[in-house]
Amino acid sequence: MKPTKCRVEERGTEDDRNPNPKPFSSLTTPPPAMESLGVLLTFPANSYLEEELSKRCKLFRLWETPPENWRQFLRANAGSIRALVGTSTVGADAEMIDALPALEIVASCSVGLDKVDLAKCRERRIRVTNTPDVLTDDVADLAIGLAIATMRRICEADRYVRSGAWNAKGDYKLTSKFSGKTIGIIGLGRIGLAIAKRAEAFDCPISYYSRSEKPHTNYKYYSSVVDLAANCHILIVACALTEETRHIVNREVMDALGPKGVLVNIGRGPHVDEAELVSALIEGRLGGAALDVFEHEPHVPEQLFGLENVVLVPHVGTATWGTRKEMADLVLGNLEAHATNKPLLTPVL
Amino acid sequence: MSVENHTAETPAGERELPLVLLLPPLFPHFHVALTHKFRFLKPWESPLPREEFLAAHACAVRALLCSGPTPVDAELLACLPRLELVVASSAGVNHIDVAACRRRGIAITNAGNAFTDDVADYAVALLIDVLHKISASDRYVRRGLWPIKGDHPLGRKLGGKRVGVIGLGSIGSAVARRLEAFGCTILYHSRRKKPSVSHQFFSNVTDLAAESDVLVTTCTLTAETHHIIDREVMLALGKDGIIINVGRGALVDEKELVRCLMEGEIGGAGLDVFENEPVVPQELLHMDNVVLTHHQAVFTPESFHGLLEVVMGNLEAFFSNRPLPTPVSE
Repeated sequence: MKPTKCRVEERGTEDDRNPNPKPFSSLTTPPPAMESLGVLLTFPANSYLEEELSKRCKLFRLWETPPENWRQFLRANAGSIRALVGTSTVGADAEMIDALPALEIVASCSVGLDKVDLAKCRERRIRVTNTPDVLTDDVADLAIGLAIATMRRICEADRYVRSGAWNAKGDYKLTSKFSGKTIGIIGLGRIGLAIAKRAEAFDCPISYYSRSEKPHTNYKYYSSVVDLAANCHILIVACALTEETRHIVNREVMDALGPKGVLVNIGRGPHVDEAELVSALIEGRLGGAALDVFEHEPHVPEQLFGLENVVLVPHVGTATWGTRKEMADLVLGNLEAHATNKPLLTPVL
Repeated sequence: MSVENHTAETPAGERELPLVLLLPPLFPHFHVALTHKFRFLKPWESPLPREEFLAAHACAVRALLCSGPTPVDAELLACLPRLELVVASSAGVNHIDVAACRRRGIAITNAGNAFTDDVADYAVALLIDVLHKISASDRYVRRGLWPIKGDHPLGRKLGGKRVGVIGLGSIGSAVARRLEAFGCTILYHSRRKKPSVSHQFFSNVTDLAAESDVLVTTCTLTAETHHIIDREVMLALGKDGIIINVGRGALVDEKELVRCLMEGEIGGAGLDVFENEPVVPQELLHMDNVVLTHHQAVFTPESFHGLLEVVMGNLEAFFSNRPLPTPVSE
């Protein structure tokens, strides 16, 4: 077999060549300090992570208890739970943190920390880690893929072919060219910059909105999201979700983006006023949208299901074998560092 | 051969527009612009069979606009003794008997770079779609399955993939440039190694496939490249391999492709073209690891506008005896 090509992994179908191996390796035996670490995993998003946690630590699975019994469950195990691993679905809010007096660390399996009550963690001196960098590429790749899919109506074409309706060779409709269109990025962090780098290879001019202008870029800065939307063709949400950025894409922004504009949300559902988005799309005030995230996942407004100018995917931004493993390894590495009194790998607090 | 003047003067002193034989369909957008400048012979509008019509009306025709995939074969060429130019409206000229044209000294022009960006964009999007399961998970969401069945199966990263480009012309180069920005490594096969290109060259497509995670076909279809992706190449590509075809259906052995997909010998495919359009193998319609589109890669207003400019440019240059902008050289 060719050693340099894809080897079939047990877990998936992929060999992700990782040029920067992380300190944590699933092949090493866990230190005793890990074995006695009580870890609450909030949601079963990552089977590899769950397996490793159960092999290495004392694992408590929150979702095995119905939400109405969580308080009871937490009280019963509060003495043992010193670590919490949260996801973008279920994190660590104030109520949960209060119910866990022995909690020392929240290791989120996500880069976004909108589901973690950071103020509470600060108050309780609880350490917090997330999973930056390892997911940047996948999310940026998806953002571009979604943008082109929407502009070029690729999912619609695929549906058309699968329906058996293609019976005339010359059957076509004109769709919007992607290359050369102006991209407006909300949030020029790691993910925003990665999106910009990819879009530049398509000769797309880049503009952005950020809390403050970034000194080392040539991209055009807008201090208002409405102005950014009015001056771009494709608006991509790539900032963190905070109180300030909730509904940062509102009706005014959507109207500014306009009937030929396309919105791409790979951030968090609450970045966009979803009810306004639905009416803007149905009424044709907004040209199209590609959505990876929604305000009330896994629920997606059904009015969108019949629209051809939208692409709807179920929070798949990091959903590749390689990235999920890297995220999990980072979580495990942070927990191990904490348990053995070493410096955390990716601390936020 | 005497030089014949095909712009006969009308009594009013105005010159008649140059005569061009048209093979249908003429895209609606083109009609107004072109009929301002050229007079079109339209065989399909006549009740006569094509040969008779051409014998009666086309013996003086010097230029032919092939506005779709209608073949320009030796039989047709034989009816056009004065033909000097075939203007194709596509990048590919596999529907034209190039050898016969060459023998007769008939020039051929194609779409030049009018489609390059749009086809390259489409190829990249198909690849991301296959790897990240965009169309498949979009179907999943629209069927209301997310709340019921939970998360969709995981996809695969694009970054770090080794992409073998078959045909590094303007479209292949445009694909390569885009994918490099996603962290892909580009390898290629071409008729000849390109000295100005730093990507690794493979003179043999099977060897290319053996070193690649993805194959993208962006070469022209000729007798040599027919089924350039065959079973041997697919097996060399391997069980996780992905094939993206935005060239012509016949670049890939479609029957074998279906078999390899069904047997799990390759990992997936993104196909904008098929061997026998509009027929798509039934088996593909039920697979989640393929993305299927109906030959749409060039259909944007910009590509069409670009194509119109190229077609017009070639016809105008020809009739004013100027060099052709986008000649096809074999």
